[in-house]
Amino acid sequence: MNIIQFNFKQIKSRPLSSVLNIILFATGVTIISLVFLLKDSFENQMDKNAGGIDLVVGAKGSPLQLILSGIYHVDYPTGNIDYNEAIELSKNPLIKQAIPLALGDNFNGFRIVGTNKAYPTIYNGQIEVGSLWQKDFEVTIGSKVASKTGLAIGRQFAGVHGLSAESDDVHESTPYTVTGIFKETGTVLDQLILTNIESVWKIHDNHEHDADCDHSQEEREHEEGEHPKEITTLLIWYQNPMGAITLPRLINKSTNMQAASPVQELNRLYSLLGVGIEALTYISGFIVLISALSIFISLLNSLKERKYELALIRVIGGSRFRLFAIVILEGISFAIIGYMIGFILSRLAMLFLSSYTDNNFNYTLQGWVTFTDLFLFAASLIIGIVAAIIPAIKAMKTNISKTLSQ
Amino acid sequence: MEKSLITDSIQYSYNKNYTFVFPDIVCEKGEHLLITGASGCGKTTLLHLIAGLVTPKRGSVLIKGNDITQLRGAKLDKYRGREIGIVFQTPQFIKSLTAEENLKMAVSLNNLSVDNIYLDSLFETLNIVHCRNRKTNEMSQGELQRLSIARAVINKPSLILADEPTSSLDDKNCKEAIKLLRYQAEKLQAGLIIVTHDNRLIPGFSKIVHLES
Repeated sequence: MNIIQFNFKQIKSRPLSSVLNIILFATGVTIISLVFLLKDSFENQMDKNAGGIDLVVGAKGSPLQLILSGIYHVDYPTGNIDYNEAIELSKNPLIKQAIPLALGDNFNGFRIVGTNKAYPTIYNGQIEVGSLWQKDFEVTIGSKVASKTGLAIGRQFAGVHGLSAESDDVHESTPYTVTGIFKETGTVLDQLILTNIESVWKIHDNHEHDADCDHSQEEREHEEGEHPKEITTLLIWYQNPMGAITLPRLINKSTNMQAASPVQELNRLYSLLGVGIEALTYISGFIVLISALSIFISLLNSLKERKYELALIRVIGGSRFRLFAIVILEGISFAIIGYMIGFILSRLAMLFLSSYTDNNFNYTLQGWVTFTDLFLFAASLIIGIVAAIIPAIKAMKTNISKTLSQ
Repeated sequence: MEKSLITDSIQYSYNKNYTFVFPDIVCEKGEHLLITGASGCGKTTLLHLIAGLVTPKRGSVLIKGNDITQLRGAKLDKYRGREIGIVFQTPQFIKSLTAEENLKMAVSLNNLSVDNIYLDSLFETLNIVHCRNRKTNEMSQGELQRLSIARAVINKPSLILADEPTSSLDDKNCKEAIKLLRYQAEKLQAGLIIVTHDNRLIPGFSKIVHLES
């Protein structure tokens, strides 16, 4: 019988307090672990999708909304901006590259984005089958769009007006044709349908004529006028750091467009979320602390019951250190079992949340094992040892002769 | 012939006012010795001194020629575990383990390997085969006392100590326990020292040390 087997028999012999210790510890670890997993996965996903974009230009409104809609395609756009004005802006010598995006329609909840062929290169988008769009109304779709909708090369589909799948305003007269599918990139590109900007403009020109009755008199007058060319956002890369200093101010002050920096807005978002994350971390830390206390008390209590057993172990050849090790090992066992259960539970919760975000936001959470897990494991071990150290020292100091004479 | 035990002028005191002075005791290999005396005369203290559970103020305790008063810490624990088997007044076991596991624990704590044939024979001769896989709280007093005899001899010690082994047993079990204890000691050619105030035992022993208070 080795010390590990003995340890498990001892734990099993006091099922109630052992289970309580393990449940408390596992609960704490589950929450901490899940919070870190979500945070890591979220930040990782956000950073990967940022694709080095320096500035997002769009209609005036909330800068965070502009970033979320322009880069991540989760929120609704703030509005449209004039195409010519945007083109004019992109000629600024401080700008290295500018990519226009025109939103407006979706297919089964996947956004149809009118842009140029530089856009997929931000995410290193490679063609899996087929080719990039060449003519109007040709599209190249992301890997997730293909797998979720079943669209394949040559298939035609009609876009739906708006950015959510609920709308029933279908552009049936001008269907799109799939000419290519991108390889999976693990970025926002996977969930987009790309085409050229002209297609987006043309579809809406047609649409506006088709559905005259839906529009107010005023709108119709405007539309029947000159049809100003509009885009939703312009993604900008600076030529040099000077751009960061002058461009945002220039755009925000002297045009009726808005410029938002992804880095700034994301930091603002993280700091907003940070409050919640911090609160959850403290709560779970507190639960772990309580479980350490529970381990400490249950070990101390069991020492009273086991005083004679411990003396006995000395009599039959066990050393003082052996007694110390027996008690410490019990503390560590609770911590390790609790940690393992917490590890598994947090991954299960992640799996559940991931399928939820996947279905509802077309966002997949990634990253199952992180550096934090190693840190948490080490912390668990230390907590187990700390909780057991005083009882273990007490066990070591048991006076055998006195205990046996009682 | 090597002696199982020689004590030489050992003294012990719990406080400054009173010191126990014990007579010298010699126990030959295979010899059976009874130590008697009234309560409070230091019988249990003497037993703990011989077992190395406490260290005497003065004097030496030689077991198989080694002075255990010179041993410390883990060395003393190991020496005790291998060379001395102890039977207590009320049998005590590790409650989370079965009878067999309790015996195996006594072996593995001393880094020895279990001699299964010897283990089987112990369960058989002590008539506790049926208790082998029972937890100790499911066993009777008589069975527990026999199991503690088994534990005392499992590592084939050179000295067996018994502290009031019969005080909680009825006449029949008392006779049986002493018989088994002496039989096991004889088989191992180990010294056997029984400390008791139980007069039922006196007739069977030729060598008796009486402690005065």
